[in-house]
This record gives sequence, C-alpha cells and structure tokens, in this order.
Amino acid sequence: MNEREAPSLATHGDRDGSTTAPVAAVRSVTKRYPGVIANDGISLEFRSGEIHVLLGENGAGKSTLIGILAGMQQPDEGDILIAGQPVKIASPRASLELGIGTVFQHVLLVPSITVIENLMLGGRWWQLLTREPALKRFRELSALLGVEIDPDALVGRLSLGEQQQVEIMRALWRGEKVLILDEPTSMLTPQGVHDLGNVMKRLRDKGVAVILITHKLMEAYEFGDRISVLRLGRVVGQISPTTLAGMSEAETTDTVIRMMFGTGAEHARDAEALVGRGRQAHRSRAVDRSGLPRFSVRGLQTAATRGECPLRDVGFDLWPGEIIGIAGVDGNGQKHLADVLAGQRTAIAGRIELAGHEITRDRVPERRKHGIRYVTDERLGEGTVGAFSVATNLVLKEIGADPYWRRGLSDWPLIHEHAREQIRRNDIRTPSERTMLSNLSGGNIQKVLLARELDAEASVVVFNKPTYGLDLQNTRLAHERILASAERGLAIIVISTDLDELLEISDRIGVMFQGRLVGIVENSADVERRVGLLMTGAEAA
Amino acid sequence: MEALLTEAFLTSLLFGAVTAGVPLLLAGLGEQISEKAGVLNIGIEGMMLFGAYAGFVATFYSDSFTLGFLIGGLGGMLVAAIVAVLCIRFGLNQIVIGIAVTIGMEGLTALLHFFQFSKTYPRLSQAPVLELPGLSQIPVIGRALFSHNPVVYLGVIMVVGLTWLFRASFVGLNLEAAGSKPAALDAAGVSVTRTRAVAVLATGFMAGVGGAYMANVGAGLFVPFMTGGAGFIGIVLAMLARGRPVWVLLGAALFGISLAMTTALQVAGINIPTDVVQMLPFAMVMLVLVVFARHSVLPPALGLPYVRGDR
Amino acid sequence: MSVETEAEVGGGSVSGQVAKEIQAATVRVLVPVLLALVMGGIVLLLLGKDPLAYYGYVVKRGLFSWGGLQETFTRMAPLLLIAAGLIVAFRAGIWNLGGDGQFLLAAVITAALGPALIGLLPRALTLIACMIVSTLVAAAWSLVPAILKARYGVNEIITSLMMSFLGTSFANVLVKLFFRDPGTTVPQTRNLPVEDRLPRIFDTTIHSGVLIALAVVILVHLMMTRTAFGLKLQVVGANPGAAVHAGLNVGWLTIATFALSAGLIGLGGSVEILGVWGTVRADWNPAFGLLVVPLVFLARFNGYAVIGFTLFFSALMIGGESAARRVGVPQHYVLVLVALLLIFLALVEYLDHLRRRRLKA
Repeated sequence: MNEREAPSLATHGDRDGSTTAPVAAVRSVTKRYPGVIANDGISLEFRSGEIHVLLGENGAGKSTLIGILAGMQQPDEGDILIAGQPVKIASPRASLELGIGTVFQHVLLVPSITVIENLMLGGRWWQLLTREPALKRFRELSALLGVEIDPDALVGRLSLGEQQQVEIMRALWRGEKVLILDEPTSMLTPQGVHDLGNVMKRLRDKGVAVILITHKLMEAYEFGDRISVLRLGRVVGQISPTTLAGMSEAETTDTVIRMMFGTGAEHARDAEALVGRGRQAHRSRAVDRSGLPRFSVRGLQTAATRGECPLRDVGFDLWPGEIIGIAGVDGNGQKHLADVLAGQRTAIAGRIELAGHEITRDRVPERRKHGIRYVTDERLGEGTVGAFSVATNLVLKEIGADPYWRRGLSDWPLIHEHAREQIRRNDIRTPSERTMLSNLSGGNIQKVLLARELDAEASVVVFNKPTYGLDLQNTRLAHERILASAERGLAIIVISTDLDELLEISDRIGVMFQGRLVGIVENSADVERRVGLLMTGAEAA
Repeated sequence: MEALLTEAFLTSLLFGAVTAGVPLLLAGLGEQISEKAGVLNIGIEGMMLFGAYAGFVATFYSDSFTLGFLIGGLGGMLVAAIVAVLCIRFGLNQIVIGIAVTIGMEGLTALLHFFQFSKTYPRLSQAPVLELPGLSQIPVIGRALFSHNPVVYLGVIMVVGLTWLFRASFVGLNLEAAGSKPAALDAAGVSVTRTRAVAVLATGFMAGVGGAYMANVGAGLFVPFMTGGAGFIGIVLAMLARGRPVWVLLGAALFGISLAMTTALQVAGINIPTDVVQMLPFAMVMLVLVVFARHSVLPPALGLPYVRGDR
Repeated sequence: MSVETEAEVGGGSVSGQVAKEIQAATVRVLVPVLLALVMGGIVLLLLGKDPLAYYGYVVKRGLFSWGGLQETFTRMAPLLLIAAGLIVAFRAGIWNLGGDGQFLLAAVITAALGPALIGLLPRALTLIACMIVSTLVAAAWSLVPAILKARYGVNEIITSLMMSFLGTSFANVLVKLFFRDPGTTVPQTRNLPVEDRLPRIFDTTIHSGVLIALAVVILVHLMMTRTAFGLKLQVVGANPGAAVHAGLNVGWLTIATFALSAGLIGLGGSVEILGVWGTVRADWNPAFGLLVVPLVFLARFNGYAVIGFTLFFSALMIGGESAARRVGVPQHYVLVLVALLLIFLALVEYLDHLRRRRLKA
C-alpha cells in the first residue's frame, strides 16, 4: 500500500481548553510483529469524563495498542504515562492495579463458574473465598451500570449481552479510572448496542475515561466525545469534542474519510465499505422467483450439544441468483445452521431439498457432489490445514477424487499446476503454491477458501462470517465475489453478525433467534427496524 | 465358595485393598490437581517411581519411615519440576515429555538400584502401624481398615481436605480457570504459568509419597519398575472422577480390591494363577472406561500450553 | 510435533535456500542426539563408569564386529515394523502407546501357531499364515481403544496403555497355561526349529524378516505421501476439525489407523519369533514399543530417515546388551538415553521454532 502523506496530525479544532492532565497517555508507541508494524509512533491522550473513540479498519493497529495498555504486550519503543508519570505495564495484573480495565472482543469469562466467582478471580491462591465483600462491590457496580444480573448464575448460561455486562464489571472491579472496550458491539442486537451506549455515558458522567475501539463510523459518531482515526498503525487524524459537537454525521463521515484516504478518488470504494449503510444503495436487482426454489429447507432441528445453541425450527426457500442474509446475535444457532446445511451435522428432524431432490441424509461428500459449498468462519480452525501447503489446501475437499487422484494415488504435479492456476486467477499473494498456508495473511487465506469453494460446479454456497477480521480492501473483494456469484446464478446464504454487511448485499434477510429462523423480510426501506425487532425475539415484524 | 467368606480371606482382602489402593489414591488425587489446571501429566508414573526409590533409600539409611515419605515426596516433586519447566514454562508437548519422564525414571531408578543394591537386595523392617483406638478392635474390618501406616489415614484426610479446598478457596477457583479458560485467569492478573506449575509440583509430591508407600510399606523393598502402571491407573481415576476427590477414593478402593485379589485368594486356599489375577485390575479399568466412556469430562484447555496473546 | 512440510518462505536463491534447509535439518537431528549422549555420559560418570569406554564398546560391538553387525541388522526387523506402525498412527494424530501389548500378543500367537502348522503345511505357507493371523490379532487388540476414541472421544493414550498392560498379562497367561510346552522345565511355548524359521540371507545369521521390514517401512512411507488414504490420515492428524469439514469419515479413519498401526507392530512381534527366537518364554517382554517413539520423531515421520535412525539405535541396543555383561552398565541405561533423546528433541524443536519466528520478523 502506498504511503500517502497523511493529513497533519494537528487535530481538527485543537485543544478544547481542558486543563486537567490526561489520566492516561501513550507517547510515540511503536510495536512490530514479523512482517508488519502494528503500531507506528502512536501518541494519544485519554481524559477522564470523556469517551475517546479509536476508529479504524481491521488491521489498523487498534487491538495492539489496547493489548499494550492491558499489559498483554510490551511496546518496542515509546512510553505509557499514567497521570503524567511514565510506567511499565508488565502484566495484566499491573494494568489492573493501575486502574485500567479492559473488555476484550472475545468474552474472557470462565463459563463453568458463577458470575460472582468470575468477578472474584484474581485473588491470591492461599486466600479463602469470601462472598460478602464481593457481593457488596457487585451491587455497587450493578447500580453504577444500571444492570441486573444474578450473581450466582453460571456464566455459561448467560446471554452474550449479559456476559458483556459482567465483563465490564470485571474491568471496573478494582477501580474505575480507565475502561477500554474493544469492539464491544459486534455481539449485540441494535437494542443491546443502544443499552451499551447508555452504560458508557453513565460511566463517562461519573468521571471514567472510556476508550472505545470500533471500525463502525456510526458508533464513533453516536457515542464518541473525541474521535482518533487510525490507519495502518498510525494516527491519521483526530476530531476534538468541541469540533465533533458541531458536526453532523455526514460531515463527520467526510472528515474521517479524508483523514484516512486523502481526497483521491481511488480509495472511494474502500471508504464506502467503511461507512457501509447509509451510503450504499440497497440491492435493487429483482430475483426471479417464478420457478422452483433451488434450495428448500423445512423444520430443521438439531441435537443440543454442550455450550451451543441447537436448531429448533428453521425453514426457508432460496432461488437461483438470490442472496439470503441470516442475521442474529452470535450464539442463536448460526453455527449449527451452517453445519447442517453443509452436511457436517445431521438434523434430527426436518427436510432439505435441492432442486426438488431430498438431500437431508446426505453428508458432506454427497452434498459437495450436488454443488453445495461452504465457506466457514473458522478459516484456520476447520477451513484449512495450516501446516499444509496452499496447493494441498486447494484440493482438501477432493482427496481421492479424479483427476488429482487416480486409483488412490496422488498426482502431485497436477495438484501443483492447478494451484498455480488458482493463485493467478484469484490474486492470492503467496511466494509459491508450496508455501505453508498459515504463513499467508488472513485476507489471502480467505481468498484460498473462496477459490476452493466458488468453483465451476458450485450451485448453492453458504458463507459464514465471510469478512470477519478482514481489512477494508479484502472485505470489499469478498462482497464483490459474493455478488458476482449471485449474478452467475448461484443461490447464496450469508450468515453474519454484521448487519450492515447483510443490508448491503442481501435480497432478503432472516433472523436467527434461539435456534429459530423467526422471520424473513425483504431488504427494502423499512428493513433495519424490522430486523432489529426480530433480533429481540418479537415475532413477525 | 465358603472359603471366600472366611474372616481370613476378607481381612486379607480388605487389608490388601487398602495397601494397594493408597498409592492409587495419592496418584489419582495428584493427577486430579494437574488435570483441573489443564495439564495432562503422563509422567506421573515416573514421579511415583523416583519417589519410591528416593523414599526407599532415605528410610534404608536413616531408619526413619517419616523421612522416607518426605524424601519420596520431594523426589517426586523434583521430577515434577522438570515437567513444569519443560512443559509449562517452555510449552513443550506434554505427551512427549510425559513419555520421556516415565521411561527415563524407569531406567534411572533401575540403574541406580543396580549400582547400589543389586548385590544385596535389602529389605526394610516392618513399617510402623498406627492402630486407631477402638476402631481397630472391630472384628474383620478393624484389623483390615484401621491398623495401617499413618500415611493411609493422611490420604483419606486429603480427600476431605482437597474437596474443601476446591470449593472454599482460591485454589479451586484458580485451578478451574487455568484448566477451562486460562486467558480469563491471565486477564484477571493471576499467572497461569505459576498456577499450573504449582499444580504439577503438588502432583509430583503426592505421587512421590505414593511411590514411597509402595516401596517402604507395601513391599518393604525397591524393585525396578515396581509401580507397574499405578500412575496410569491414577490418571484413569482422575479422568473419571470429574473433579471430585471422593470419586478418586472410591475408584482407588475398587482397584485396590482387584489388586489385592491374588494374595487374598491364596490365603483362602484358592489357587488361581497369578497372571490371571494380574489381568484383573487392567481389565476392570477397561470395563469401567467402556461403561462410563461418555461420562468422562476433561477440562477444555487440557494439554494445551497457554501463551499470552495467542488468539 | 511438527509434521514434515514442504519448502517454506525465505529470501535468497533457491540453491541457497535448499542448502540452508539441509543445514538446519542436520542440526535439528544431530544436536539432540549429541546432547543426549553427552548428558547420558555424565550420568555414567556420576555412577562411576567411563562413558567413553562404554560408547566405544557399544560402537565396536554393534557396528564394527561382524557378529555384532549381523545382530544389529537382525534387531532392526522388529524395530522397523514398530516404527512403521507408529508413523501411521502419529501422522494421524493418534497416540498408539499400546505397542508392547500388541507386539507380545502377536508373538505368542505366532509361537503357538508355528509349531502347530509346520507339520501340516510347507514352511512358506506356515510362515505366511503365522504372520497374517498375528497381524490380525494385534489389530483386533486395538479395536477397543479405537472405538472408544472414534465414538466417545476417549483419550487413546490411557486406553492403549491399559490394553498394553492387559495384553502383556494375557500373553503370559497364554504362554503359561494354554500354549505351554509340556516338555520344558522353564515355561515357554513349543519351539519352532531353526530350519523352519524365516530363511537366512545368504550366509549370514540375518533373517529375511529384515527385508520384509524394510519393504514395509518404505511402503508405509509411500502410502503416507503418495496416496489419498495417507493424505486423509494426515488431515485427521493435523486438524480434526478440517477433516470433518472436508467430509472425511473421521471415525472410520481412526479405527482403520489404529488397526493398521497395531497390525504392523504385531507383525514386528511375529517376525521376531519367526526369525530369531522360535519360542516365547514366560515373562519375556523386550518392551520395544516406547523405545521407537523418539526415532520416529527424529525422522520427522519420514520412512527413509527412520531406517537410518533405526540402524544406529539397533547398534546401540546390541552393543548395550553386550556391554551389560562386559562393561557393567545394565541395559536400563538405554532407557535413560531414550528419555534424554526425547527431551532434547523437543527442546531443539522449540528453539528451532523460536528461530523461525524471529527470522520472519
């Protein structure tokens, strides 16, 4: 990526006249990883009584900075200052003792113990568990946050929103100076996001310095007092409270885009991906539903497994060329749905039909033969074998099949030739087809998956969180490929927790709630409100 | 058949069951602590063996059984320290190191014993017995259950102690977190490495005492490879006990009975070949595993080294 | 432990890259071996023995004496077959630690069947029948752990170890009670006369079982690297989640792997009886099962490399057996060496992994 001279770091509308020293600050912090500079000379100040948003795409370096403040990593260069004094945050314990509480993107609670036990975690091992002081603090924080949770409930049984509230309590447990929230809204319903916003504002009003990490411009505008924009490891601009207060959302959007991408038009499309909803027109293609549905599902049910939400009742029809988006908060059965559609999990009840044929009992190999493809969300966990070469991964689902295997014997030259072709055609950035797959970047691993799944015989494709963790460019590329596949006549299911993404590419949107597909709505004018309602469990929006 | 119900047989069986079961109990409890914390301690057999040899040597030269148990425990802990450094500090594969430790201690103790005692094969005098007042007078079970070396009673007390410890103190909480979701423990500011290391060291100590018991009390001498799978049975007990020490006790009792069968049958005058009876405990283990397969619960982070910041 | 992967990223010319890789590979192999020998030597010193004398004697006897060299090659037969069995299992991510039980049971079955059949069938058929039946018996012995793992996810380390203890006792029972030769004082099976055992190679005392073992190891290697079945096993071993995702029948593959692995190890037991002993004495247990583990890891599961390592380990064992009598260092020392080898292997792997990570930066 070319290094464009970033707009001067001078903020838009500078000092707001506040005289208090920042409660925390980072000064010229740099952190390098193999092959990438995650943080490049970042200097920022965090003030009490202010919600400071760090806004940037995936890969901009936000999580690394937070990791440093939370004591998980050490900076290679630069200082951390607490109340003006340089400190070393050598471990999570040190971070907590300095009054910095961090809520990470993935829930860091032990599911097999209760809420109060999770909150008490951190005591020295020779101490006895004393409930009363902990309960007292729990009640304090519950009042502060305005939430109500049973302290003796097993964390594994709570909803994701409640778990997040417990996480916030845990972060504030030892003192409320700084609260860092790393992408907290990805797991929440629109209502949940709204509630979280209220919690943040209450904390801010009580004097806590709140740091909010997000890649969603809308959130930054709605919740932030101050916005710092990050790109490629650097701070490319900042909007101070006074300035922000006087700007509309559109103006803020323009300013942020200019800070990130300058005024060049070539980045306009990346910019649109950042902004998402509101800028992009909804899909206006009409889907031809005159014939038989290509893919038909009725009454799907799966067996309950420990810690996962099973399917209770899922049904929908899908026509060729159509994209159906499956929305919903994580943990409402999406994983089981993807598994069942792909053939990795058997349904205990229900029916799946492909172009009129029943395929409910078919497992993965048979479904693949029928043209069903699955781009999984767990790219390294199940989609690929990190220790194998790119070439091997590209034929991973066809082991034993013609033409790469004849009578059980491998034709490695042919496999490598096929790989080179795929690498060329899909612009996969890799030194060679023999490179170990885990050496590739996340975006390129996704390209491998897409290359493998979107082959000539694909007819129905299931995408699970297709752009999770990808930067803007790769996100855009993935969306383009999905749309192109629909143009070619494939029937597509996109499961995602990112509602903006679904609004952008789906023809219809269904919502998963507690294992049921509770409603399917057309992607038209009123869609967001209706989907939001469905996500809370209200029937028929 | 009546031969089986004689006092002699029953006393012999129960007494033998306790003697055979105590090392299993200690190994099982120890392994349970490790497994709770997320460490699959395959090397426990090696820890028991080294504890057996160390304890034997200590008692042989000092005439003190108490010292023997102490040194045995420390010996087991020493081996555990090696596992802690390699697997927990460096994150080496726990299974490979466990196999190495087991084979290594088998070889090392056999080697040491060869150079020290192979000419003489000395025996120890009878280990001290603590007869519980009153209880030891009860016919049959009195002599079988309540006239044992103090370590036996300590073992049972440990079951109660650990149960309480797991429930009422941070020990239990930290172990649970280290085994289920170490990242949560780390974020709470507690060192996962230290928690796991302490767990492994505790396991080593208990295994060492168990081994010393086998040598000093059970047999009265050290024979190379004498643990004969006791450590592995301890692992099975821990696997099936689902985190409750009292289940380890029950399992150890069960296997103790099967191990004591040979001698007891001989006492009763029934002559079943030793080898057949020797199959009994392992056959029982397999049977129990087959029947209870779906109920064995292991902590999610078992066997996986924890690296901060690893996503 | 890491599986042998294809060539990796790096700057510089291709030949420079290859040279660097070869150098790294040599270091990765030599350093653990040397460290183990040195550390073991220190142990010997502490016990009052001269390590150089010991090692010198071992090498002289195992490799440089004609009698010893023949024994070394002969000893390779069971070790190679066990190695083949372990390669299959470990590549598939399955810890088959029940080798001793599988080995012994197969040996006992062979020892019982051989003398029984030799009166009825020509030698070649007897030998083949013994090998096949024993292989099947050993494979069957792995069924319970295999099904427990495939169906219920029960950790196979424990189950295979328990079956090993069970198998060893059971083999003893068979020898002492069922297959006992009434004509001998020491309990053992009926002896298979030397002329009815596996034929020798030319004029040596090396039996053709060694050739069988070599062929099997190479076949296993080719199977793992050039067939669909081998690749499927590797997928299961490297990432079980991906195996399910790719549509592989993980349960069936688990059972097949276990059966193949146990069968190969059992073949090792059978060949050892048919080639060397002709009989199984009560309480006989060479316990090769775990000793081969570090060799397989050292070789990174490569069949050709394993042959080389087995040769040297075999020499060590033969030399060591003799040294027990002559130099006064019991064979237990080999166990210590094996343990040290495993530990240093793991350490060197770890350091190598760290070095690669730093190189990428």
